[in-house]
Amino acid sequence: MEKQTYSNPVIRWVDDRLPIFSFMDHEYNKFPMPRNLNYFWNFGALASITLIVMIVTGIVLAMHYTPHTSMAFDSVERIMRDVNYGWLIRYIHSNGASMFFIVVYIHIFRGLYYGSYKAPRELLWMLGVVILLLMMATAFMGYVLPWGQMSFWGAKVITSLFSAVPIFGESIVEWLWGGFSVDNATLNRFFSLHYLMPFVIVGVVVLHVAALHVSGSNNPDGIDVKGPQDTVPFNPYFTAKDSIGLGVFLIVWAGFVFYAPDFLGHPDNYIPADPLVTPPHIVPEWYFLPFYAILRSITFDFLFIDAKLLGVILMFASIAILFVLPWLDTSKVRSCRFRPVYKWFFWLFVLDCFILGVVGAKSPDDPVFGVEWFKYVHLGQIGTAYYFFHFLILLPILGKMERPLPLPTSISESVTGGRSDSAAGAATAKGEPA
Amino acid sequence: MADSHADDENRREFLYLAAGAMGAVGAAAFAWPLIDQMNPAADVLALASTEVDISALEPGQAITVKWRGQPIFIRRRTQQEIEEAAAVDLASLRDPEADAERVQKSEWLIVNGTCTHLGCVPGNRVSDRKGEYGGWFCPCHGSHYDTSGRIRKGPAPTNLVVPPYEFLTDTQIKIG
Repeated sequence: MEKQTYSNPVIRWVDDRLPIFSFMDHEYNKFPMPRNLNYFWNFGALASITLIVMIVTGIVLAMHYTPHTSMAFDSVERIMRDVNYGWLIRYIHSNGASMFFIVVYIHIFRGLYYGSYKAPRELLWMLGVVILLLMMATAFMGYVLPWGQMSFWGAKVITSLFSAVPIFGESIVEWLWGGFSVDNATLNRFFSLHYLMPFVIVGVVVLHVAALHVSGSNNPDGIDVKGPQDTVPFNPYFTAKDSIGLGVFLIVWAGFVFYAPDFLGHPDNYIPADPLVTPPHIVPEWYFLPFYAILRSITFDFLFIDAKLLGVILMFASIAILFVLPWLDTSKVRSCRFRPVYKWFFWLFVLDCFILGVVGAKSPDDPVFGVEWFKYVHLGQIGTAYYFFHFLILLPILGKMERPLPLPTSISESVTGGRSDSAAGAATAKGEPA
Repeated sequence: MADSHADDENRREFLYLAAGAMGAVGAAAFAWPLIDQMNPAADVLALASTEVDISALEPGQAITVKWRGQPIFIRRRTQQEIEEAAAVDLASLRDPEADAERVQKSEWLIVNGTCTHLGCVPGNRVSDRKGEYGGWFCPCHGSHYDTSGRIRKGPAPTNLVVPPYEFLTDTQIKIG
């Protein structure tokens, strides 16, 4: 990192002692970005901004929320009715959770399509999977806090997953609950952890971005940056591009907040929690549906593992498998643009995730499209099998068999078709050697 | 000279190991209270029993009472339900248990109304679905229980748990 000489004496004084200005200039102003990035590269920035909005609105909500089983529901209703702008802040926060997952899922599928998980970005990708897991835990515990029927029964079902652990299962669940059922002790610790975990996420995001700034961004062609002719500085090129994406994103978010604030929620969560009555149809929030479908699709024992434990194992494995993805995909080519066969399997995998999501929302015994012998649980079993087939069998084999298309020799060549162009000229004019 | 050097190495290694071991024991000793505080507290454990008056129940009726924050189903079974429960071939059960082992008085079935799959509560009102075996049906993932609270169909691995209870009088029971 080259030291800047600032003309402002105060900035210079600080920068000499703690080079934050040089650091920001290097990492966010001049930082070289591949010049062929498309709008799918907005979503990392959008996720960061969403995280900040969630933390700010969450801290404010915690000023009015009461984490006690007898008062939690009422305190949330008080936020909605009496606290100044409480309705707005809560709807931003509750819809923000969904927005966060939309953005992060697109960000992940972007990485899958363009091979962003491959060398040298494996650790960057794995840190991302850690962030996803932390987000899921945080979202789950946050959903419990309003202490509605879905909050309570969601908490009960998900914590009961751990009872599938052999021998220690019951003890683990009682330890998680702090009692013999989901109760006040559970609510209190979920509140404590829901407040803590976003800051843990911030910590891992810092590592994620630090790792990103070592290797630099991947790009739609999936080829390495060869020199300054392949890059443009982050500012103004991507501050501008990210701002456009942010504008669109905030319109969507505001659309939900102001016009359909409960569209992504569940009406049963406006009924106070009742530990003695389970709602007839309990479903998790939409962002957990594919994983819930995998959990429920296992209705059979396998060797010495009973169905319940196997479902839990596969559900966790469906995310854990992402950690080893960089080594499962044997293809040397990163981007799907140059992988004519994998490209189709990628979209098949996306479709599979959507189907699992639909299955997760349905009752397992309901017939699919009215076909009596074909239930949603069967569709879920096929979807689950394909999910793991994609990672464990298809990706290792396809990388060896597939003949990729010829790669462009450089990013600038692929952008300009070999002509020298004005953008490259602009970069040169800014004093960077071409 | 070389010998005393080797001695130093050994001494240093021993000190590292001893200090490290002490540190590890100390860390574990400090970690345990932080882990154990999450287990059920004394006041939660103290609420361990509930007394229930069951004189108002007619045959075929059931009530739900709360014990340790969990629903306990108390069902006064009809003669037909008792016979159905007793007539089942144990070999056909996922979790084989004779009806007689699950009740103290055959008319009264007392079970923890928490589905052994993932902790939902099957419907216990007259109007709720009873499932294919006339006992209980869990709406979450479709487990069917019979009139002895035994798992018959669906994902739950074991029968509804019979809590510890005793009859104080003919119309008074103590759960826990």
